[in-house]
Amino acid sequence: MKRLSLFNVVSLTIGFTFLYLPIVLLVIYSFNAGRSVAVWGGWSTKWYGSVFENQQLLDAAWITLKVGVLSASVATILGTMAAIALARHGRFHGRTLFSAMVYAPLVMPEVITGLSLLLLFVALNMDRGFWTIVISHITFTMCFVAVVVQSRLSSFDRSIEEAALDLGCTPFMTFFRITLPIILPAVISAWMLAFTLSLDDLVIASFTTGPGATTLPMKIYSDVRLGVKPEINAICSLMVAVVTFAVVIASVLTKHQEVERERAERLAANAP
Amino acid sequence: MSAKALGPVRRKFAPWNDPSAVPLIKIRDVSKAFGSFTAVNNVSLDIYEREFFALLGPSGCGKTTLMRMLAGFETPSAGSISIAGEDLAGTPPHKRPVNMMFQSYALFPHMSVEKNIAFGLEMDKLPKGEITARVEEMLKLVKLETFAKRKPHQLSGGQRQRVALARSIAKRPKVLLLDEPLGALDKKLREETQFELLDLQMALGMTFVIVTHDQDEAMTMADRIAVMNHGQFVQISPPAELYEQPVSKYVADFIGDINLLEGRVTKNERGHIVLGSEVTGGRIESLGETVAGLGDKAWFAVRPEKVSIDLQPPNDPTVNTASGTVWDIGYVGDISVYHVKLDNGGTMRASIANTRRVVERPISWEDKVFLTWAPDSGIVLTK
Repeated sequence: MKRLSLFNVVSLTIGFTFLYLPIVLLVIYSFNAGRSVAVWGGWSTKWYGSVFENQQLLDAAWITLKVGVLSASVATILGTMAAIALARHGRFHGRTLFSAMVYAPLVMPEVITGLSLLLLFVALNMDRGFWTIVISHITFTMCFVAVVVQSRLSSFDRSIEEAALDLGCTPFMTFFRITLPIILPAVISAWMLAFTLSLDDLVIASFTTGPGATTLPMKIYSDVRLGVKPEINAICSLMVAVVTFAVVIASVLTKHQEVERERAERLAANAP
Repeated sequence: MSAKALGPVRRKFAPWNDPSAVPLIKIRDVSKAFGSFTAVNNVSLDIYEREFFALLGPSGCGKTTLMRMLAGFETPSAGSISIAGEDLAGTPPHKRPVNMMFQSYALFPHMSVEKNIAFGLEMDKLPKGEITARVEEMLKLVKLETFAKRKPHQLSGGQRQRVALARSIAKRPKVLLLDEPLGALDKKLREETQFELLDLQMALGMTFVIVTHDQDEAMTMADRIAVMNHGQFVQISPPAELYEQPVSKYVADFIGDINLLEGRVTKNERGHIVLGSEVTGGRIESLGETVAGLGDKAWFAVRPEKVSIDLQPPNDPTVNTASGTVWDIGYVGDISVYHVKLDNGGTMRASIANTRRVVERPISWEDKVFLTWAPDSGIVLTK
């Protein structure tokens, strides 16, 4: 193992302190026995208990989960389709423009995305609520999916698909029997990414929601304005756990495949 | 793949000389353009049943494009392709009676060896029992019985190559297309596999069309070779004819090593040609025919192994003789190649089989030598 220089140690420490100190504090204070957020009153898990008795919070969490699963699933399908069109079907007219346009929502300020969606729903005279949140989450997570899947497809050996066609498989079946299984890890991690993005979103949801559809981030945000309770810390810590879990699974899935593959290839190369 | 004496069969096989033979594959006036680049330029070709046909040429000569048009991955810009009398225009790849072995092998990484081989058979909706039997047969044929459950990434390069082969012949296609099938193997394995492929082709009675840039590969395996350049066929001949009777300097130079001696025709009588050459400083006499007229520029092409090298001048040094100094000696093991700087400028090569273990060479660097050849050892080329 290479030893880190003093400079590297210092930069790592500062960097990671910036990144994780707030979250660590949040998690620690979620175990605070006292009512105050600022004063430590000993260890306790009672706030976690009270989270599960707070029906409003649970409702919000349930809505968030439904929005997340639904929007991530649809976004994954649409994003994968867009990625395939962009990565595959040669040089159709305006391909470069479309490729660039897929990336645009990544850098678009959320306020603008939220506002423009709101205007759209108003113009269409749609009742705002659960479904409008789902639609807007599909809109803004789809491009992340497209980018992730497209980068996987760019390293995809096309002759594998051609081999399937050559062996008598129709183009449609080739996608499901050959292409999809091979890019599946990328598609799953794209889903995870879309899911966590949807889970965390406050701004776009606030713009596009209506009565009866309060997501967890919105609920937390409105509660905090009335004063931070340790209960909020507890629910936030739970969200951190869920998001961390999803991200870790997604990256382990891709990493594990790569490592396994490399190891097997090394073994095979030494075989006669 | 057992060794069988295939000589008698191979020797007699020449349907392209039989006017009544019906070709299996007919390629007629086919062109393919990508934008402004013409990859294949108006070619026609007949390939016969059970033939082992090689498309040979440098990269970018259009050989792969032509093969991909046979497989259906590219559509000809003009012309027609038919197999067994059936025009293939508009037939998508998955409905063509050909299978292809890809250069990258293109194995399905998420399927085991047996699943890979069974894939094409499943697509044909064969009964389960038949698929199992056929897969077993294929595994046995390529000697991979013990690897049936492995995934492609758990195999060596040579094993993957054999899986790719097994998968492409499992459906028993009329025509098997092989795109640089041995390109990724090391030399030793490649040479073994060449003969295995030959045996296999004979045993299965299939028509093989192979694309390669490796002339040794084409020469060893093919019944006929089409040399391609700039999207066109330069020559289509059996290997020996290609080597001994190239139609142009390009073919002569592309296949093996050759000395090209420039001269002017001073005599062209039936079967006897004489060139006056400044390179040799004398006459070059050759047997054979040429279209060149008197005074025309022509080249005498002679292979290095047909040139003798000697320290003593021949009886008549004005005929079929070039003198010079040994400039370099390339020792390849089985042969030594002498690079001789000619007195009149230019260089010639002579290769001598090393029939004994040489420690002291009789001819060494800087020696004054005489290169000679027989009148029937070369050919006169006009282009």
